[in-house]
Amino acid sequence: MTLPALQRAFTAAVLGAEDGALTAHIAPGLAGRIAVYRNTVQSSLAEVIAAAFPITRRIVGPMFFAALAGRYAVTRPPRLPQLSAYGADFPDFIADDAAHHGLAYLPDIARLEWARGESYFAADAPALAPEAIAALAPEALNAAVLALHPATRLMVSRFPIMRIWRVNQPEVVDVPAVDMAVAENVLISRTGGQVRLRELTPGDAAFVTTIQEGRGLGTAAERGLAAEPGFDLEAALRDHLIGGTFSGVRN
Amino acid sequence: MTEAIPPAAGIGLRHPHDAALARAGAQVTPWVEVHAENFLCDGGPRRAMLAAVRERYPVSCHGVGLSLGSAEGLDPAHLKRLRHLFDWVRPGLISEHLSWSVSGGVYLNDLLPLPYTDECAGVLARNIAEAQNALGRRILVENPSRYLNFSDSPMPEAAFLARLVKDTGCGLLLDVNNIYVSCVNTGGSAADYIREIPAEAVGEIHLAGHSIDGDGAARVLIDTHSTRVCDEVWDLYRAAIARLGARPTLIEWDRDLPEIELLLDEARRADQIMAEAA
Repeated sequence: MTLPALQRAFTAAVLGAEDGALTAHIAPGLAGRIAVYRNTVQSSLAEVIAAAFPITRRIVGPMFFAALAGRYAVTRPPRLPQLSAYGADFPDFIADDAAHHGLAYLPDIARLEWARGESYFAADAPALAPEAIAALAPEALNAAVLALHPATRLMVSRFPIMRIWRVNQPEVVDVPAVDMAVAENVLISRTGGQVRLRELTPGDAAFVTTIQEGRGLGTAAERGLAAEPGFDLEAALRDHLIGGTFSGVRN
Repeated sequence: MTEAIPPAAGIGLRHPHDAALARAGAQVTPWVEVHAENFLCDGGPRRAMLAAVRERYPVSCHGVGLSLGSAEGLDPAHLKRLRHLFDWVRPGLISEHLSWSVSGGVYLNDLLPLPYTDECAGVLARNIAEAQNALGRRILVENPSRYLNFSDSPMPEAAFLARLVKDTGCGLLLDVNNIYVSCVNTGGSAADYIREIPAEAVGEIHLAGHSIDGDGAARVLIDTHSTRVCDEVWDLYRAAIARLGARPTLIEWDRDLPEIELLLDEARRADQIMAEAA
């Protein structure tokens, strides 16, 4: 067996349940050891997923999660050796199972966890200083386009994802009931080396979404007001400057 | 500036201990080793921690994802990412494994075994040369823990490594625990292995603990890096140092991590063995 064929057979054996074509090429008495490699490959990948989605795991319980993560590992193994990049499509992967078990919100919780991880590993950049906004001439303010910080993510959901995330933290012993009829938007940002999550009002979410699309502050403020008549632009902007949502003025 | 790794015992940079190593104050170990693939992110707290550690300690970068034994060749994008990291960290040593983990573009997250054939030596020689060229540095190649042998594998591992050294100019990272684990699991003499390794090529030594699974005919040693170094491995290490002289030696511990003091205690034992041999 050539080396390329041997590696293909080995890959099939460790991602599948059968040794298949490989057994004939293992030294006498040692074919049973293929299972050691299979176990390491499958369990180590499932552990990477468990570490990346701890809240999702807590919600469904370790047994059900292990089954999902195990199936994900063998059907969608990583394409990159840096494992911080493994699991991006796990939220999509679990959508059917989650819906089947009456947990339609679960993929959004997993997406929130993934966005949190992305924020943690994102590039460094100084946060936009309040002075940079103050320095803009009043007539330039409306046209100013702000750049989102590389570690900023916005999660818009039709479920109360902030509350679900909060009540499923490891330190919470008795998980209270959550009203599923509420939609919540979560802003993920990184300041002082810490990833922080906070809920945004509908107006603020529309504001950030518009900035993310590369439009000016004026348009963003209009869309914020359209989404939420009571949207307080000044207060929202102040919170964003403190929280490091932006990294600069693009023009 | 690149800081050379001294011929003394260092420890791995692992999450529960990183704050102690990044903190200012007296050095707790002569050098540290990091897993290169854990730091291929763009930024954030993990990179900031490594930046602080490398201000205070010489750093060695140990790779687990290059897959030197892949028949399909190396991933140029991964080589580029590693080059970028190394140019920033300026490691005193870089190392990878005599194994493969990528096939068909899929990364299997394990150090999988190779048959020691002419065909495989050709693949490795080509890949090692390409990696050394792309990374602009000499690589130390580490012997893996093995759980099986292939039926068509005519060369002993030590001789196979000697051939790679000769063909590519690479160095070797001798993992003494892996020699022991492989010899118990698949047969062979660990003492002979240490006698046959090309001494001048060994740039680093790894020491770790393993766990024991099953018993009787089903007994297999698993390279878990989750326990202290066992007595048999300390004896082999003593024999290796007697033959090689002092070498940078790493205490590896990756699962069920104890307090840092226990790792430093293991490192002191290695330092003592090196001092006795001097």
